[in-house]
Amino acid sequence: MLKWFKNAKKENRTDYLTYLGVVLAFIIIAILNNAGLLPRSRAGQLVPICCYIVMAVSLNLTVGILGELSLGHAGFMSVGAFSGVIASQALAASIPSAPLRLLIAMVVGALFAAVAGFIIGMPVLRLHGDYLAIVTLAFGEIIKEIINCLIVGSDANGLHVIFNVKGLKTAEDLNLLEGGKIIIKGAQGAAGTETISSFTAGFILVMITLIIVLNLVRSRSGRAIMALRDNRIAAESVGINVTEYKMMGFVTSATLAGAAGALYGLNYSNLLATKFDFNTSILVLVFVVLGGLGNIWGSIIAATVLTILPEALRGFDSYRMLVYAIVLILVMLGTNNEKLKIFFAGLAKKAKKAKKGGA
Amino acid sequence: MGKVKSVNDSPLVPLPTNAFVPERDLLKTPILETRHLGIDFGGLKAVEDFNLIIGRTEIAGLIGPNGAGKTTIFNLLTKVYQPTRGTILFDGYDTHEMDTVALNKAGVARTFQNIRLFNNLTVEDNVKLGLHNDIKYGMVPGILRLPSYWKEEKRSHEKAMELLSIFNMEGMASWQAGSLPYGAQRRLEIIRALATDPKLLLLDEPAAGMNPSETAELMENIVAIRDRFQIAVLLIEHDMNLVMSICEGIAVLNFGKLIAKGTPEQIQANPVVIEAYLGKKHGEEA
Repeated sequence: MLKWFKNAKKENRTDYLTYLGVVLAFIIIAILNNAGLLPRSRAGQLVPICCYIVMAVSLNLTVGILGELSLGHAGFMSVGAFSGVIASQALAASIPSAPLRLLIAMVVGALFAAVAGFIIGMPVLRLHGDYLAIVTLAFGEIIKEIINCLIVGSDANGLHVIFNVKGLKTAEDLNLLEGGKIIIKGAQGAAGTETISSFTAGFILVMITLIIVLNLVRSRSGRAIMALRDNRIAAESVGINVTEYKMMGFVTSATLAGAAGALYGLNYSNLLATKFDFNTSILVLVFVVLGGLGNIWGSIIAATVLTILPEALRGFDSYRMLVYAIVLILVMLGTNNEKLKIFFAGLAKKAKKAKKGGA
Repeated sequence: MGKVKSVNDSPLVPLPTNAFVPERDLLKTPILETRHLGIDFGGLKAVEDFNLIIGRTEIAGLIGPNGAGKTTIFNLLTKVYQPTRGTILFDGYDTHEMDTVALNKAGVARTFQNIRLFNNLTVEDNVKLGLHNDIKYGMVPGILRLPSYWKEEKRSHEKAMELLSIFNMEGMASWQAGSLPYGAQRRLEIIRALATDPKLLLLDEPAAGMNPSETAELMENIVAIRDRFQIAVLLIEHDMNLVMSICEGIAVLNFGKLIAKGTPEQIQANPVVIEAYLGKKHGEEA
């Protein structure tokens, strides 16, 4: 086992260590949680943390690896969340098994987000830099408004959908049969959702996301995506199709965000479309930037810490968000400080030397 | 590649009599032929009526004073710019509807004057990107690491190492491309271009920034590459020693127009060329 690990390539070794770290963290937290040692507020955050890790890792694929700034990532999460909730609620009667229904909901969420990603990608990926950022921002807002107009219910006849553009219709207009239920009530969002998300499902999704993103990056397609980031003209000159690989990166990123959205949506009995607004997109972007562009490990840690932090700061009461902002600024300054970097590089060197001396 | 189309949208004009191709390539289709090629930038005719024929295994040089339009011609040949006038025939086929990617797949590879490597990737990955269209597995086998992934990655690794050995760069395979010394970056660009299995290699100032011994080594390597892969090379270069020693045919460009093409001896003796480089003799002015 150890020999196989030593023989693996350097970048593969870091990947295996990442997987190992995530698995260990899951086992420890699961044991603590089952023993009731986690505070209630922390235990309630386990699923959202998994969702945000997936969001951060998938956005890192667009921003860090494809090299295009996307400000609408929460939009894909939203598509995934509401399509996932609809799928789960509509199938509640026919599929009683919650884990199976959750799986179907996540797949449905991922597929809808993938389609949204493809449709958005067609015009957006012709743009670069600031322009692309602005259009993705607009897309996030559009998704929010569209979902605000949706009234969805299901009964024995199947799914009923009203697109409430003028704001005149209500759930009554669905004309549901007896025993039917309303799933989404326009601006009031999804209500009465059966919460079937679990920490285990979150962990599995994180692992799948990591495997997809890390293996993609080390493969032929991932190399092409990174080549576009580094130098588009050179990439074309060696025969790499720009649109194809940009789209591949963008749609993969959207798909994963959709799955995370479905998991997130099914974790709460009430869910508003405004939850997935511009602020959420920026929040996820902060995870990515703080963790380091292209650095998957960093995204995981940043997403975890920054999701726990606001809750952990409740002791500061009304100064909570102020302290949160100050901590963010300090971390940003700290990670970009040359002297600190040199200090840590020195430590790493010493540790290596000590290891060599000992062996 | 499409079918051969009618290529003359400009009036038929006989090719310049000074069109030079090495004797061994005379009976084969030229790898590259441009007819009345031209491009305008606004009102400026950057390249005008550019006619050039390159033989299948020729090492050709494109020289001219600064701003003559040499790099513009490379950008036209690789369709970074769309020509305003004229035709480019590659291997006998009209390239009218081809873009940069299609041309590369057909067999045109290039390097850049201001080096364009994938700086954040390793040297090996840069070469593997040159092999991109040679590696046969898609996105899903890559993510699932199916047997085809391991097989193709192993094959491309070996091929990349073999290509790197041309310039003795195997030892740098795991370096980051952006951290390479300048000369090594130039050599890596040539290797990456070669990895795409071209029939015509365009080198934009390959010796720029190299010292004399590096240049001498580069000259040997360019000839060795031509002999080994049996491809044509067109290079832009200001180092006259390099151009005159290894180029069989030389084209001279001035103000976007081809003023001469011939063997190094013919070019050196050509009064128009001398005038373009050194200016008119004092007595002949006015």
